[in-house]
Amino acid sequence: MESSVDTNLATRPNDNLGRVVSLKPEGTVSTTKRIKRSFRQIRAEKVFRRTLIIVALVMVALVLGIMLTLVYESTLSIKSSGIGYLWGKTWDPVRDIFGAYPFILGTLLTSFLALFISIPFSFAVAVFLGEYYPEGWFSNLLKNTVELIAAVPSVIYGFWALAVLVPIVRSFESKIGVEPVGLGIFSSALILAVMIIPYAASLGRSMIHMVPSNLKEAAYSLGATRWEVIRAVIFPYTKSGLFAGVLLSLGRALGETMAVTMVIGNTSLIPKSIFAPGNTMASVIANEFTEADHPVYLSALIELGLVLFLVTVVINMIGKKMVSRFTNE
Amino acid sequence: MASNHVKYRIGKSTFFKGLTILLACACVVPLIFILIYILQAGLTKINWHFLTNLPKPVGETGGGIANALLGSMIIILVASVIAIPFGILCGIYLSENKKSKLAYWSRLCVDILQGVPSIVIGIVAYFWLVKPMGGFSALSGSAALAIMMLPIIIRSTEETLKLLPDSLREAGFALGLPFHRVVLKVIVPCGISGILSGVMLSVARIAGETAPLLFTAFGNPYLSFNLLKPMQSLPLLIFNYATSPYNDWHDLAWGASCILLIWVLALNIFTKLMTRKWKVQL
Amino acid sequence: MESTIVKSVDYNAYFGDNHVVKNVNIDIPRNNVIAVMGPSGCGKTTFLRGINRMHELIPGATAKGQILLNGEDVMEMHPIFVRLKIGMVFQRPNPFPNLSIYDNVIAGYKLNGIKLPKAEKDKIVEHSLTRVALWKEVKDSLTKKGSFLSGGQQQRLCIARAVAMEPEVLLFDEPTSALDPISTSTVEELFHELKKNYTLIIVTHNMQQAARVSDKTAFFYMGELVEYDETKQMFTNPKDTRTQNYITGRFS
Ligand SMILES: Nc1ncnc2c1ncn2[C@@H]1O[C@H](COP(=O)(O)OP(=O)(O)OP(=O)(O)O)[C@@H](O)[C@H]1O
Ligand SMILES: [Mg+2]
Repeated sequence: MESSVDTNLATRPNDNLGRVVSLKPEGTVSTTKRIKRSFRQIRAEKVFRRTLIIVALVMVALVLGIMLTLVYESTLSIKSSGIGYLWGKTWDPVRDIFGAYPFILGTLLTSFLALFISIPFSFAVAVFLGEYYPEGWFSNLLKNTVELIAAVPSVIYGFWALAVLVPIVRSFESKIGVEPVGLGIFSSALILAVMIIPYAASLGRSMIHMVPSNLKEAAYSLGATRWEVIRAVIFPYTKSGLFAGVLLSLGRALGETMAVTMVIGNTSLIPKSIFAPGNTMASVIANEFTEADHPVYLSALIELGLVLFLVTVVINMIGKKMVSRFTNE
Repeated sequence: MASNHVKYRIGKSTFFKGLTILLACACVVPLIFILIYILQAGLTKINWHFLTNLPKPVGETGGGIANALLGSMIIILVASVIAIPFGILCGIYLSENKKSKLAYWSRLCVDILQGVPSIVIGIVAYFWLVKPMGGFSALSGSAALAIMMLPIIIRSTEETLKLLPDSLREAGFALGLPFHRVVLKVIVPCGISGILSGVMLSVARIAGETAPLLFTAFGNPYLSFNLLKPMQSLPLLIFNYATSPYNDWHDLAWGASCILLIWVLALNIFTKLMTRKWKVQL
Repeated sequence: MESTIVKSVDYNAYFGDNHVVKNVNIDIPRNNVIAVMGPSGCGKTTFLRGINRMHELIPGATAKGQILLNGEDVMEMHPIFVRLKIGMVFQRPNPFPNLSIYDNVIAGYKLNGIKLPKAEKDKIVEHSLTRVALWKEVKDSLTKKGSFLSGGQQQRLCIARAVAMEPEVLLFDEPTSALDPISTSTVEELFHELKKNYTLIIVTHNMQQAARVSDKTAFFYMGELVEYDETKQMFTNPKDTRTQNYITGRFS
């Protein structure tokens, strides 16, 4: 490129402003080189565009594949147990009786109990960071620490719960006069509650941030106190967003496997109380998948996975829809 | 009378503020307890011997977690090799084709995948890889983890690139750059901080994943470098040893937990700090 | 004797169903400065972006007709070739924020993966920056990021970036509307220099600027090319009443 320009750099005529007036090189060697290169580029461009499309297609195929695999592998169980699978009260692999009710109940109990415990804390964090102290080093620290809660691997939560939480729960149980097992729904719900705090908290915080300040000011100008503004302006305005956060937390809780598996006690009996041991859908799969020694058994476990998949997907999609509707408004 | 009522309302407001602060701060208490407990229980177990030796059979003291450490690294590395290019490319597609039908479906699938419980991914990887290959393998574990990484990488790439001004792409196109060079040399470098933070968060996320490895990588008490054979990993080791009845094994598990925890938290904190530094000033 | 370098024949541009540029026929002579004027939304930018095929980058945008560059239809060429020959400078300065000043100037080579010897790169950088009267100001800070410069300097950097590719035609879309008066006059002076080597097409809202810098002026109205003539002629004696109304400020 510009070989003519280069050789002339010293001798090029200068105008009185000291700018170099160049002569435009016509069809220099490297211009053609440049163009030849460009032909290669055009081909590469096509390849790149096609690659992107393929990648996007593979993404769709991947999720469809997951769905189809779950459906396909559970057909055996669907055929043999039918829809009654969902409320069958007995899970006995030895006698080939597969009813998912104990696990569905276990899942719902642990998840909703955990949600119930964690929501006040999540909302407190959301209000604290969104309204009371949106800035400052302490808020930053709190925000980052709460996010770290989600970063700790669940197997570590499980191990800690096993070593610390379960004995505490056990002594609590003996105090209130139920059978002191320690392991069980209640312990699982406690550890789950800690684990799911960040999801509703961080979504709630960003939602509360988005409340237009003129709305709040209108309420203040009428003499409302801080709390009244929060209750009468912020909560109603953000309720769909806060609810979406709760849904996302719930989705997490339903699918959480390791921590629950380690402390729930693993029994296929229907839990009699929230202190009883039990199993969730995820924990049964984790426990029994590699032991499933005949096809129907395995298929019944996969059907549990399918149910879990469908439920979490639906909950997550509703949550996401609510968030996007809220943010678009 | 009226002033009493006002006082009551102000008192109520103060009360709820106090309650909010109390509950918000209480959130971090369990985390701090867990951190302290694990560090206490784990740090004393960690030494050179622990890091470089294999676990001993039950009854013998000592032993280490070399197999799990190396296994975790290999499994994560392979998962990253699969997921990072794929995820970034998919994110690029989504940000470059905001309105296309394929982008809509693809985005929907990313959303779905993000919510899929990890144990379900494990099941699927079992049927896609373990069964056809005739046995548990590190590779199938990596594949399962790669699937878990994808939504995080794709989302962060898409969100980052969407925020870049159009003028940047146009500057590139106006210079006669082909599409792939505009993307790879202009757009991606300008969004590198967001993309990298997504990548690192995804690595941090899968570093502690156990459930998808249960029926894929499976675990292995010995040192193995063969991707087609079962391999140990830190979270698997913690799970297996923590739920065993032996105290020696619990000690190993505490040490492993401590290492895993430090690893994951360091990755998270490092990501936070570095992305600020890498940020390209627009 | 002036030869035509760019010529449009029945050029039409659309955004979906929105017909934005209608049947434009224009002859642009080599080494001239052409000003494109018209009320907001009349399709100036769209036409300009049509010339180097930037228009079609917008989803849903289409074009019909011909744009001839040296007699060759750019609609038949690959956009990359077109853009290598027809450079463009935008309304807002858009240097690459991740590149140094130096790398910004040779961005067209660097990002295209064209390897040049260091000496040659140095020469291109110095040469291009000199041509946009920026060399003296930045020669000691070439390694700094381009986004540290002032708006006017950034815009000149962007011109240098386009110039470094040695195109034949340079398109400017309101190049000074984001600049202060002093930077504006520096850039305007540049046009006189650049026209010796290039053909410049400049969209502007500023009538004084058009009068100062251009040889010919094109007036667009509602997507049509209403009038196209020598600048002097146009400002002293417009033929079309719409042009007259516009330059006497009787619009809007
Ligand atoms: N990206 C786009 N998508 C759809 N329509 C567009 C787009 N950009 C411009 N238009 C439409 O095309 C018409 C012409 O726009 P254009 O930008 O060419 O006008 P302009 O003459 O450059 O105006 P201005 O002086 O304000 O820059 C406008 O009416 C506008 O509504
Ligand atoms: Mg315009």
